[in-house]
Parts: sequence; structure tokens; C-alpha cells
Amino acid sequence: MMAAAYESGAISLEGVMKRFGDFQAVDNVTLDIKLNEFFTLLGPSGCGKTTLLRMIAGFEMPSGGRILLDGKEISDLLPNQRPVNTVFQNYALFPHMSVAGNIGFGLKMLGRPKGEIRAAVAEMLRLVQLEGRGDSAVTQLSGGQQQRVALARALAPRPKVLLLDEPLSALDLKLRKSMQIELKRLQAETGITFVFVTHDQEEALSMSDRIAVMSHGKVRQVGSPADIYHRPADRFVADFIGETNFIEADAVSIAGGVARVRLPSGVEIPATFPAGVTPSGKVTVVIRPEHAQMVAQAGDGALRGIVGDIIYLGTDTHFHVRLDDGSPFIVRRQNATNGPSEFSPGESVGIRISDNVAQIVMNQP
Amino acid sequence: MARTFSVRRQSGFATVAMLCFFLLYLPIAALVVYAFNAGTSIAIWEGFSLRWFVSAWNNQQVVEASWRSLRIAAIAAVLATACATLAALATTHTAPYRGLTAKYAFINMPLLVPEIVTAVALLVFFSRVKLWTGYSGLGYLILAHSAFCVPFAYLPIRARLESMDASLGRAAADLYATPLQIFRHVTLPLLWPGVFAGLMLAFIISLDDVVITEFVKSSGQDTLPTYMLGQLRRAITPEMNAISTVFLLLSLSLVTVFFCLSRNRKKES
Ligand SMILES: Nc1ncnc2c1ncn2[C@@H]1O[C@H](COP(=O)(O)OP(=O)(O)OP(=O)(O)O)[C@@H](O)[C@H]1O
Ligand SMILES: [Mg+2]
Repeated sequence: MMAAAYESGAISLEGVMKRFGDFQAVDNVTLDIKLNEFFTLLGPSGCGKTTLLRMIAGFEMPSGGRILLDGKEISDLLPNQRPVNTVFQNYALFPHMSVAGNIGFGLKMLGRPKGEIRAAVAEMLRLVQLEGRGDSAVTQLSGGQQQRVALARALAPRPKVLLLDEPLSALDLKLRKSMQIELKRLQAETGITFVFVTHDQEEALSMSDRIAVMSHGKVRQVGSPADIYHRPADRFVADFIGETNFIEADAVSIAGGVARVRLPSGVEIPATFPAGVTPSGKVTVVIRPEHAQMVAQAGDGALRGIVGDIIYLGTDTHFHVRLDDGSPFIVRRQNATNGPSEFSPGESVGIRISDNVAQIVMNQP
Repeated sequence: MARTFSVRRQSGFATVAMLCFFLLYLPIAALVVYAFNAGTSIAIWEGFSLRWFVSAWNNQQVVEASWRSLRIAAIAAVLATACATLAALATTHTAPYRGLTAKYAFINMPLLVPEIVTAVALLVFFSRVKLWTGYSGLGYLILAHSAFCVPFAYLPIRARLESMDASLGRAAADLYATPLQIFRHVTLPLLWPGVFAGLMLAFIISLDDVVITEFVKSSGQDTLPTYMLGQLRRAITPEMNAISTVFLLLSLSLVTVFFCLSRNRKKES
């Protein structure tokens, strides 16, 4: 285990804003990132993730609001005065220094004694599994190895918070998967608070303790991966995370925190809804493709339709069904056995919906 | 397949090219050859000898002028490179703003202003200053050379800086480096080849200057080029050839050093 304990910090953002001219890149973001947390900022390109991260690091001054680290405001500190380190998307390793020189840079700038730096570098090399590569030139390393050096360099000064801006986006799929596990391990081992930026929802779901979904500079929802996936707060979140079926339905009644909605087919099913809203009248219901099954008897399902495209995905098969009212619906079925599917295009089928999986979402702009 | 038009395949192209090179380098070759002439003519070959090199070496005026040239070039190159480095740092990796183009223009202006204009302007200006201060040393020449060398030093430094990743500075700041530490540990080491190239370019340009030096120098402040110009008005002996040959050798070796350095750099990345 670790030679010395790492210190971890909590970040609070209070109404943080960033304007570039007339453009609002970050719009009134309030977030509490907890101690020891693997926190992810997730959102489409241009939604302000990097800008938010750069404000925490100190490269960008907020146009409004406050940033606090362990309750103390840090908005006015320069980047070199914040106990926060960044892993850059392009790594930004110093090309004129060796691997060890890069990893020891932060401690050297802090004026630590040579012996301490050497020990810390050795420990970091072990942590990122690059023992014996301390003297290599960083330009001679593979992409994955450079990524590890960038991680070690940012961890060596023992920051309270580590910021990671899409650190895995330059790696190929296999390497990315193994680095995801590596990152989780590093975070668990050090206990440092990680703020991780990605636009890859699968990556976010698999790694995070909590996720903040952003769009157009605003935070749409904060929650655990399961929360975000199963209880999306609004249509944007539901659409952005995973594949989704949207069904227009009527809210009929509410009882015990669960609503009953009438589907276009006339069948009524229970549906959960986000806190703080009271569904009534026309509502949109989200049903994930894996929460629906196809049945040969059209009358047996909650919905009815005609099979269109059948897309084979290896582990799963997607059935694109056109419902009776014309709207599309996707059913995902795990390929538990080999052999051809029992449904074929043009066939009339029923769709059964698992119990307690429907969620009402708000139609936010 | 129709071949695209290429000037290289036009008939006579090779001949013309050869002729151009010939005309360019033949006089220089002749100059070098006659530096070793045993006779006193620069046109009639009378056998091989090193006497003109020896005579140049023993010529007090030549030695003094050379020494003066080297001193001026060395100091001017350092001053110009320091200014150029600061200018490059201030004009690269910044968001475009009003007046940036004007700054480029100002920095590079000496390349465009006819040398004779600068020379006359400096003559007039410095003669005033001389009157006021009474100082008439080498300082004027050094200042003048520093000034017109700045754009030559600026260009390679700026090119180097431009190709540098801006996020390296941010990474260093993130790792607790103060602005001064960033410059010392990250910017300068990476900028060094550009600074070195700028230094050498400025040195050669200063060493070579005639027009501005001729106007600015006081009596007894001949540099090697202005001394040679003065001698040419009198008898021309192979001594001039010998001096020129040494000069050529010096420039060539500087260029070679620079070339090797920049090639090593390329191999690294
Ligand atoms: N320095 C700047 N000047 C002007 N606009 C900027 C600046 N930096 C960012 N922006 C704008 O702010 C918006 C958010 O940018 P940001 O880099 O934070 O997005 P992002 O969520 O990180 O996107 P990506 O996933 O593509 O990296 C973008 O529309 C961008 O054009
Ligand atoms: Mg980004």
C-alpha cells in the first residue's frame, strides 16, 4: 500500500459562470464534489466541461460565482497556488525531460529536497507500473505509457484534487478499457478526489461514483450512474445516456410517489417521476430497450407494432419496431442462444414492458 | 496517362540552372584560388603560396579591423538576440488583439527600410548625440548593429516558439511553477535552438555590414568590411582575396554548426 497517506479535498462550486464575450460557456453551475469521490462531468462537445475544469485548475477566471476547496475560496488563487493538479488531454509532457524529470517536476518546483523527490518518483513509477523507465525520454514512450507518466506527474505532488480532461480519448479501445480500470484502481488506492471529464457516456457510467450531466453550460442532473440511467431528470439526459424509447402518454393518477400512465395502446403502467414535479396530462415516458421484450401474440404486450430492421450486435440484437401509432420503438434482446431470431421483418408483434421500469421525464428546452 | 506540366522537364532547364550556379560560384572560386597566388596580381597566376595570408596576418590594420568587427558582432548579436527573444515571447501564443499586426510590422521594419535610409538617419542622430555627450567610442556602432540585427534574430526564435505546445506552460503552472520558473525550466530549454540560431544569424549579419557601418563609424573605427572597401580604392593585391577567404570560411563554419544543430533537433522529435 501507499507509503504516506494522501490528503483528499472537497470542491464546491457556487453559481459559477463563465462568459466569453456574449457567449455563456458555463451558466450558473452549483455542485458539491465530495471527499474521495470519483466525480464525472459528462456532456456533448462544447457544453463547457473543459471550461469548468479550467476554472477549478485556475487557468480561467470565473465571470461570476465562487469556487471553494474544503470550504475555503480559491477563485482568486493562481494555478500554481492551488493544491489541484491536472492530467491534460494531450498529456503536455515536457519533451526535454526524462520520465523521472517529468514526474518530479511538481515537487522540484515546490522546492522539496532531492532525496524526497527521488523517493516520490520511484513510488509513482511503481504506482503506474513503469518501474525501470525513469530514464527514458518521454518521446520514446507509447501513447498508453505517456498517459501513465502524465498521471504520475499529476499525482506526485499529492494534490487534494486531480482533474482529468478526457485523458483516455487519444487511446485505442482496448487500451482505453485497461486504463479505465487503472484509473479506478489509482483513485481507490490514493483516495484523492478525481474530477473526470468525458463525453463518453459508457466510460462515465462504468467509472464514476457520481455524474453531472451538462448541456449548454448548465448542469442538467447530478446523481449516481444508476440514478442517471434509470431515473433521468429530463429528456436531454435520457436521450444522451444510452439508447432510449420515448413514448407520449397520459398521466392518469399519482399514488405513493408513483404515477400511472396510459400508453397510446390504452394499457396503463406505473411510472416513476423526478423529484419536485407533479406529472399531469400529456407526459413523455422513457423505456430503455433492454426493459422491453417481444412476444409473438400482439395482444399480449403493452404495445403493438410491426418489426422493421433487425440489427445484430454480437452480444445483443436490436429490433426496430414501428408501433401502431407510427412511432419507433427499439427492443434489445440478449443473444442467449445461437441461431436465427424467431422474429422477422414485417411481422406483427406485441411488446411487453418489465415491471417498474418506466420513468416520466420533463420536456425541458 | 497525361503528365502534368513540370518546369523541370522543359528543354534547356538544366542548362540554364547550371549556368546560374556557375555564374554565382565561379567568381567566388576564382577569389579563393587567387588568394593562394604567389604573384602580386589577382588575375595572373604565378604559383602557389601562402604569402598573402601571412601578409594579412602581419598587417596591423587588418588585425585591428578584424578584432573590432568580431567584438561589435558578438556584443550586437547578444543584445539583438535578447531583445528578439523578449519580442518573440510577447508576440506569440497570445490571443489576437488590436495592434498585434502593427507590432510584427514594427519588429520587422528594419528588413524593409532601405539600409541607406537607416544609415543616414543614424548618422544624423548620432552626430547630435556625439555633440551632446562628447562620447565617440564603439558604442554607436554596437547600438546600430544591434538595432538592425533584431529582426534577423527574431525570425528563428519566433518560429521555434510558434511550434511549441502552449499547454506545456499551463502544465508547468499547474505543477506549482512560478512564471519565472516556467521560463527557466520549460520555455527557455525548448526555445534554446531558436535562440542559438538567432544569435548566429545576427552575428553573421553584423559581421557582414558595410553601409550602416560606413555612415556611423568615426575615424579609426574601421571594421573589416569597411577597411576592405577603403583598400579597394587603392592597389588591389591578393591580400584582399586572402582576407575574404578567411571570412568565407568563418561564415561557412557558423552555418555548418547551425545546420548540424538543427538537424539533431529534428531527429529528436
Ligand atoms: N477562450 C475562449 N474564447 C471563446 N470561446 C471559448 C473559449 N474557450 C471555450 N470557448 C467556448 O465555450 C464553449 C465550451 O467550451 P469547452 O471547451 O468548455 O467545451 P467542452 O465541453 O470541453 O467540449 P469538448 O468535449 O469538445 O472538449 C465552446 O462553445 C467554446 O467554443
Ligand atoms: Mg473539452
